[in-house]
Amino acid sequence: MTCAIDARDLTYRYPNGHVALSGIDLHIEHGERVAVLGPNGAGKTTLMLHLNGLLMGEGGLEVAGLQVERGRLDELRARVGLVFQDPDDQLFMPTVREDVAFGPLNMGATPAEALERVDEALAAVRMARAADRAPHELSMGERRRVAIATVLAMHPRLLVLDEPSANLDPRARRELLDVLETIDQTLLVVTHDLAFAAELCERAVILSGGRIVADASCRDVLDNEALLARHDLELPAGFDLARIERRPRRAPEVHNGEHCSASSTSMAPCC
Amino acid sequence: MSGLCNHSLELSGLAGDPASPVHRLDPRAKIVGLVAVTVVAVSTPLHAWPVYVACAIALALVAAAARVRPVTVWRRARVVLPLVVFVAAFIPFLRPGGAEHHLGPLTVSDAGLAVLAAVAAKAAIGTVSAVLLGATTSFPSVLRGLEGLRVPRLFTLIAAFMYRYLFVIVEEVHRMRIALAARAYRPRHVLQAGPIGRSVTALFLRTYGRGERVHLAMLARGYRGTMPQLVPLRLGAADAVFIAALAGTLVALRIAVGAFA
Repeated sequence: MTCAIDARDLTYRYPNGHVALSGIDLHIEHGERVAVLGPNGAGKTTLMLHLNGLLMGEGGLEVAGLQVERGRLDELRARVGLVFQDPDDQLFMPTVREDVAFGPLNMGATPAEALERVDEALAAVRMARAADRAPHELSMGERRRVAIATVLAMHPRLLVLDEPSANLDPRARRELLDVLETIDQTLLVVTHDLAFAAELCERAVILSGGRIVADASCRDVLDNEALLARHDLELPAGFDLARIERRPRRAPEVHNGEHCSASSTSMAPCC
Repeated sequence: MSGLCNHSLELSGLAGDPASPVHRLDPRAKIVGLVAVTVVAVSTPLHAWPVYVACAIALALVAAAARVRPVTVWRRARVVLPLVVFVAAFIPFLRPGGAEHHLGPLTVSDAGLAVLAAVAAKAAIGTVSAVLLGATTSFPSVLRGLEGLRVPRLFTLIAAFMYRYLFVIVEEVHRMRIALAARAYRPRHVLQAGPIGRSVTALFLRTYGRGERVHLAMLARGYRGTMPQLVPLRLGAADAVFIAALAGTLVALRIAVGAFA
């Protein structure tokens, strides 16, 4: 029985005593597209770092079919792709090609295999022409798409994006949505761009004060003005949720016919 | 700042014809060949002008083969050259020997002038070698070449990150300067330098934070302490010919001059 994410009572306390995650229960099935919404300091980035074993809290956490534990981190990191908020943090190699090849080579791919994956991943984000360029020569939107390619090249089962629409102009934002629409892996989108979440994700959870305070369909969560306001979130003024058409997605990828043991059957806001 | 930044960017990177035979050489061959030219020039005795001329001809041939225009070489060399020649400029006034000439209160010696000329020639040859290496080899390739020549990985890694993040940091400095100027900060004397110091502190902390985040991003993609190599370097016949023609000829000439002297 595997699922994309299965967190049970996940708690994390920073060394300075600050409790960033306080008993998170979250179950996400393969192929879902889930938005993690929440104000600054809610614990969104801390949760994201747990999904790749970069932080380890107390409680149970299974990601992409693997228990998060020391000793299996290499395998975990191959299965879970994190796309960080600032592409300049993610793109550290001198050229785009070397950067995209970094992950596959670390996973033991031969240079020929890695180059094949580079071509495939760059094509998937429509950046094939940028392979020989340096990251600093690209626009913010292009950097963001290349950052996504760097993890796509690792063939992850789960893609976690931290604030993907931050600092993008409307056109770059649209191009990013066009790219994400074609990705069939499980997507976890950490954002406070609620309109972006509405267009991309069918499900949304609100993380606030280190707890999951809502877990429901994206439309239900975003329609609940009082709930959003309680957690310092709001839709842009004049935004009409009814006019947003969610981008279609491919059928959820089900592994060996198995479903997540504790799938989120309750889709009502829990507060 | 931005103007300066763009200007200095224009002065780096590839120049000439990227498809030229010199551009396509293994970076190790170019490093060995061009460093050999510099070493030969630096180690040549002061009066052995044929060696300097041979070095200059060799560099001119490399530039011609790479189709790097003289004006490009001049533009890039003039950034470094004045600094190097500045130090040597005092020698004619300090070093006695040979006939002496009087320029007002100063005395210039012939021996000193000869040293100045030789030092200037050495500096020019060394600088043009470096300029040609930079014009025909991208910075990442130079680093890979150095790595191939057994330069410790730690040095090349630090240089690679410095190259990558220099642009990011220069942008940040630029934004900070604008933010200071936007609030009418125009320092006129040293006592008003406080905000600059605080900006530098902020920049340091931001850069430190970025370092942490980059490390996390590397770990997230399976980094385990060694940087992977995408395409292994391979020395071919052309590389051997280049090294033999450039380093071989000049080193032989240098040894012959040494023997006759």
